[in-house]
Amino acid sequence: MTPLTPPPIDYAAVAPLLIVLGAACVSVLVEAFLPRHQRWPAQVALSVVAIVVAGVTLGVYAGDAPAQGVITLGSTMAVDMPTLFLWGTLLVLGFGSLLLIADRSVEPGGAFVASALERASAGAAPGSTTGPSGVDPEHVDRSYGAPGDAPTMQTEVFPFTLFALGGMMAFVAANDLLTMFVALEVLSLPLYLMCGLARRRRLLSQEAAVKYFLLGAFASAFFLYGVALLYGYAGSVRLSAIAEAAVGTDRSDALLFGGLALLIVGLLFKGSVGPFHTWTPDVYQGAPTPATAFMAACTKVAAFGAIARVLYVAFGSTRWEWRGVLWAVAIASMVIGAVLGLTQTDLKRMIAYSSIAHAGFLLLGTMAITQAGTSGTLFYLLAYGFTTIAVFGIISLVRTADGEATHLSQWAGLAKRSPLLAGVMTFLLLALAGIPLTSGFTAKFAVFSAALSDGMAPLVVVALVASAIAAFFYLRVVVLMYFSETPADGPTVSVPGAFTTVAITLGVVVTLLLGVAPTLVLDWAGAGGFTG
Amino acid sequence: MLDPYLALLFMALLAGAFALFSVTAAPYIGPRRYNRAKLDSYECGIEPSPKPVVGTGRMPVAYYLTAMLFILFDIELVFLYPYAVAADSLGLFGLVAVTVYIATIGFVYFYEWRRGGLEWD
Amino acid sequence: MIALAPLLFVLPALGALINFLAGRRANAWGHWLGVATVVASFVIGLLLFFETLGLAPEERTREVSLFDWIASGSLNVDFGLRLDPLSLTFVLLITGVGSLIHIYSVGYMSHDPGRRRFFAQLNLFVAAMLILVLGNNFVMLYLGWEGVGLASYLLIGFYQDRPSAATAAKKAFLMNRVGDVGLAVAIFLIWLELGTLQYTDVFARIGEVPGGTVLAITILLLLGACGKSGQFPLQSWLPDAMEGPTPVSALIHAATMVTAGVYLIARTSPIYNLTETGRLIVSLVGVVTLLIGAVIGCAYDDIKKVLAYSTVSQIGYMILAVGLGPAGYALGIFHLLTHGFFKAGLFLGAGSVMHAMNDDVNMRHFGGLGKHMKITFVTFGLGYLALIGFPFLSGYFSKDAIIEAAFAQEGWQGWVFGGAATLAAGLTAFYMTRLMIMTFFGKERWRELKGPDGKDYHPHESPATMTVPMIVLAFGSVLGGFLLYSIGLYEWLAPSVGELRELEGGVLPHALVPWLVVAFSLLGVVIAYLVVGRRPTPVERPSPVSVPVRAARRDLYANTINETLIERPGIWLTRALVFVDNRGVDGAVNGIAAGLGGGSGRLRRLQTGFVRSYALSMLGGSVLVVAALLAVRFA
Repeated sequence: MTPLTPPPIDYAAVAPLLIVLGAACVSVLVEAFLPRHQRWPAQVALSVVAIVVAGVTLGVYAGDAPAQGVITLGSTMAVDMPTLFLWGTLLVLGFGSLLLIADRSVEPGGAFVASALERASAGAAPGSTTGPSGVDPEHVDRSYGAPGDAPTMQTEVFPFTLFALGGMMAFVAANDLLTMFVALEVLSLPLYLMCGLARRRRLLSQEAAVKYFLLGAFASAFFLYGVALLYGYAGSVRLSAIAEAAVGTDRSDALLFGGLALLIVGLLFKGSVGPFHTWTPDVYQGAPTPATAFMAACTKVAAFGAIARVLYVAFGSTRWEWRGVLWAVAIASMVIGAVLGLTQTDLKRMIAYSSIAHAGFLLLGTMAITQAGTSGTLFYLLAYGFTTIAVFGIISLVRTADGEATHLSQWAGLAKRSPLLAGVMTFLLLALAGIPLTSGFTAKFAVFSAALSDGMAPLVVVALVASAIAAFFYLRVVVLMYFSETPADGPTVSVPGAFTTVAITLGVVVTLLLGVAPTLVLDWAGAGGFTG
Repeated sequence: MLDPYLALLFMALLAGAFALFSVTAAPYIGPRRYNRAKLDSYECGIEPSPKPVVGTGRMPVAYYLTAMLFILFDIELVFLYPYAVAADSLGLFGLVAVTVYIATIGFVYFYEWRRGGLEWD
Repeated sequence: MIALAPLLFVLPALGALINFLAGRRANAWGHWLGVATVVASFVIGLLLFFETLGLAPEERTREVSLFDWIASGSLNVDFGLRLDPLSLTFVLLITGVGSLIHIYSVGYMSHDPGRRRFFAQLNLFVAAMLILVLGNNFVMLYLGWEGVGLASYLLIGFYQDRPSAATAAKKAFLMNRVGDVGLAVAIFLIWLELGTLQYTDVFARIGEVPGGTVLAITILLLLGACGKSGQFPLQSWLPDAMEGPTPVSALIHAATMVTAGVYLIARTSPIYNLTETGRLIVSLVGVVTLLIGAVIGCAYDDIKKVLAYSTVSQIGYMILAVGLGPAGYALGIFHLLTHGFFKAGLFLGAGSVMHAMNDDVNMRHFGGLGKHMKITFVTFGLGYLALIGFPFLSGYFSKDAIIEAAFAQEGWQGWVFGGAATLAAGLTAFYMTRLMIMTFFGKERWRELKGPDGKDYHPHESPATMTVPMIVLAFGSVLGGFLLYSIGLYEWLAPSVGELRELEGGVLPHALVPWLVVAFSLLGVVIAYLVVGRRPTPVERPSPVSVPVRAARRDLYANTINETLIERPGIWLTRALVFVDNRGVDGAVNGIAAGLGGGSGRLRRLQTGFVRSYALSMLGGSVLVVAALLAVRFA
């Protein structure tokens, strides 16, 4: 038999991805073999080391990476400048989220569900030691195991995080649609589970997980149908092959545009762009807050990284046909996010609607098939991610005896009791509103100007109006914190542990830095374009 | 222009008609000899617990874990088969790749084993 | 010495930061820190001013680049300052009046538990306002613009226990957002056309831009100016903004921030010079506003609201002036400066009266206060004379110059602009005289009444920290106009806004105009005396009144119009969206029931939370996307 030649693999280029996924596998083994009380420190150490090492490897490689990028692993992965930037973004945001996830000081034992033994000893029905579904939520909320024991948590959340992170990294680098689909599933499945792991308000959390799972499966199906149609059109699932096929053939465009439509629906779902946003508020509210932070920051990066790549590489030449439709989607998203955010009374839901509005703004950047559009989008993702992580970090600190106090009325008068926390929150909300000297302003400016120079002036006007409306509900929180009377049984502000402190500080500092001196990061974001 | 699609349409109609015919015809022409095994929810596998008054009842959750493990190894085997056929021509690269693959699935197996997923209770 | 320029805004910003962060331990000295930073800024401003005065006129525009703010490819924005006569004039106004008002506030807020927070926010405002006027590009301008908006929002809502303050803050914020969107779109348009936002480059190359676009830019900039400066049709937030503490009304809502619109138009004069239509629209807005403000000012009994509408009206004069183009930019700035002095003084006087009268603002409860608070009476009286244009006081120089320039227009514009401005001058004299008589003269009506807090009134003069700034501002009101006129303000401003064009032609002889204006003002005073001064003022406002009075009392129905045109559709949009979205509404909370959020509580039973309806909405969206893409392709 003639030997087959294996595809060449540029290990240096994909090393960060391999490190994260490898660490995820090791993390499963840690779950399997270490005794319960050693798991938390081991998992935290492993995850932190893995992300840091991956980051260093990425930095070393990026230092002298070819400007036009490399395509490796048998043309399934494109490691180009946007990929490197997105990987870096995902790793730092993942690091921040991981710190929030690992924190055990704010909530005794962490925000995630208590480990099975504790729940069993807390009086759950016998015989249902596995799976959260068998546990009576009444009991979990009251007791954390035998008296005197330090409460522990279900440490599976660490491999989940690493797998999801690895999936996101593969997602933004995928050079063909099948790889992209596999990566989509790898990033989604752990997220579904993480949603259902909240220690408090178990039913809400599980409901969110099931909703997310069902709708996510629905969206995956759309994505896969789209891939099938595009394969039928181009005879290949490679992004560049689709672009080549679209130029100068007389094949039926119905397959091309039908495929694009279904594909993009799947991607827009992940990015929580309206009108495919319906899961977002429920899931953001129900999921444990650190997991929400992870989803809001990293999933957004992954989804928009992939949208930008697909539109840029595979559909750049046909943009005049699809752009009108995405205009409508972007407008819908901005309007839904900005207007419905006004009526929200739960802080996490409000941030969810804010993220829907932001998704609309981001879509503007991805629609501009230009260098400026790409770099603006990348910058926006980084800036938004850090702000969001810090916001959720702060939300996790304001608590009553029943857990987090996310109802807006509970935040009234918070500035009187904790001026520092209120001040930081105010700054972050101003960043979300896009006030100058915060990263939010620079990011909006970069994206809007890119959209403007690519002929989307009316859309930019809509975006400006939407951000003007959205600013109102951010400021409402500020007013509540500063100008309202404190309710008698108001929440207390926990003293954050080291992990949460670092995560929030990181978010705030980056938000400020990117607002005051964004040049360096803008340069990185603009270092090179997508390779197909 | 419609010719190739006409055949497809015909095929679809035929398939639908067959399904409809099978389902409607079976109760009328099939023999009906019931016994205890036949009245179970499944003719093989686990008894539902607790026993249903009406409907199918619930399966113990351990059943699903075993089923998942079965699917896992089933799929592993499906992928191993083509490798076995082309093992020679794939050479060392193929061997390393397939080892990594089996190891990855092994991790999951170890996890389920250590955390008590295999203990029938 | 130019290296000191960044300190101008850095010092107040530091003051704000320290006051915000230091917490309670700064309660003892926080307010003095606030005063010190602004006074220091004023000193630096003076130094820079004298240095610039020593330079030749063509060298007086200097730029300081602090660092590259945003620099990426085609997008380059400097964090830089532009020191030229225009910006330095504003720096002196802001820090000068700002210092006085900071000192005044030490006394005014002495009993308020939130004094440290108040000074932090006031410092924040000064810093933002300085960035606004000092920036050398449009992004810096926007930064300051948002900053002053934020500070003003926080300060209007300062008395957090009053729902009316929260509502007023919200209203100010919303109306300002309308203007901000205009400004933002204008900035983006400029960037789109020229690829730069530095003033120097934009003004050098604005000629390359097609005329239609220039007109669009000027209209959008005007929209921004209208929002910030309370001009028609966005004027109705400014009187409500009087819910804030009185020093805030004096500094932000009379002397400085609300004049940012005038600054904007004067700063972008090279753009306005290119389009006569654009300037005409500016003037029309100014004329409409100055009439509206003057008419409504006649009807209110709230002393601060009368002054607020007077501010609206006077800014209308300024906008009218800058709309006249090269013949008017310097006049607008001139009036802005004199107005800054006398209106700040009037507000401080009003604050002093309120301080004496248990925070009551209803003039019908006042009367005969002149005997009890002599310093306030005299300083307020001088400010009043300056405002109505008493010969050779501040207002006489600046307002008459604008009216002269208005009459110097040709054709219908001369008659309309000049006529309206003269008429409004008469109205100004009327409502201000009415205010004076009701407050300081006549029967002491407060003797039979109780204050809003249920206690008796004991009018008394205010402490020295309050009276000294009032005296200084009164000097400014008396001498400011003459001084500025005689030391050559117009020539000083010429490097920034161009030479002031000599008046020629027009519909009336120039010599006649001052006489005409004085005659109208006198008429206003006399009528006010006849109507208000000769008979006792009823303590309750008379209720069956004529149609014009009723309209004026209701702000000429501005709120009704806003509600019908903007709020109603907004509410319906929200309701419709909530309906479509099927969920997410727990009802209104904490005062958001009003405005856009209203009515959503009724839709609670429509929220489903069912996965099936979410999936259905996704399916619907997908079908639309697929159909639309295919339709676009094959249509």
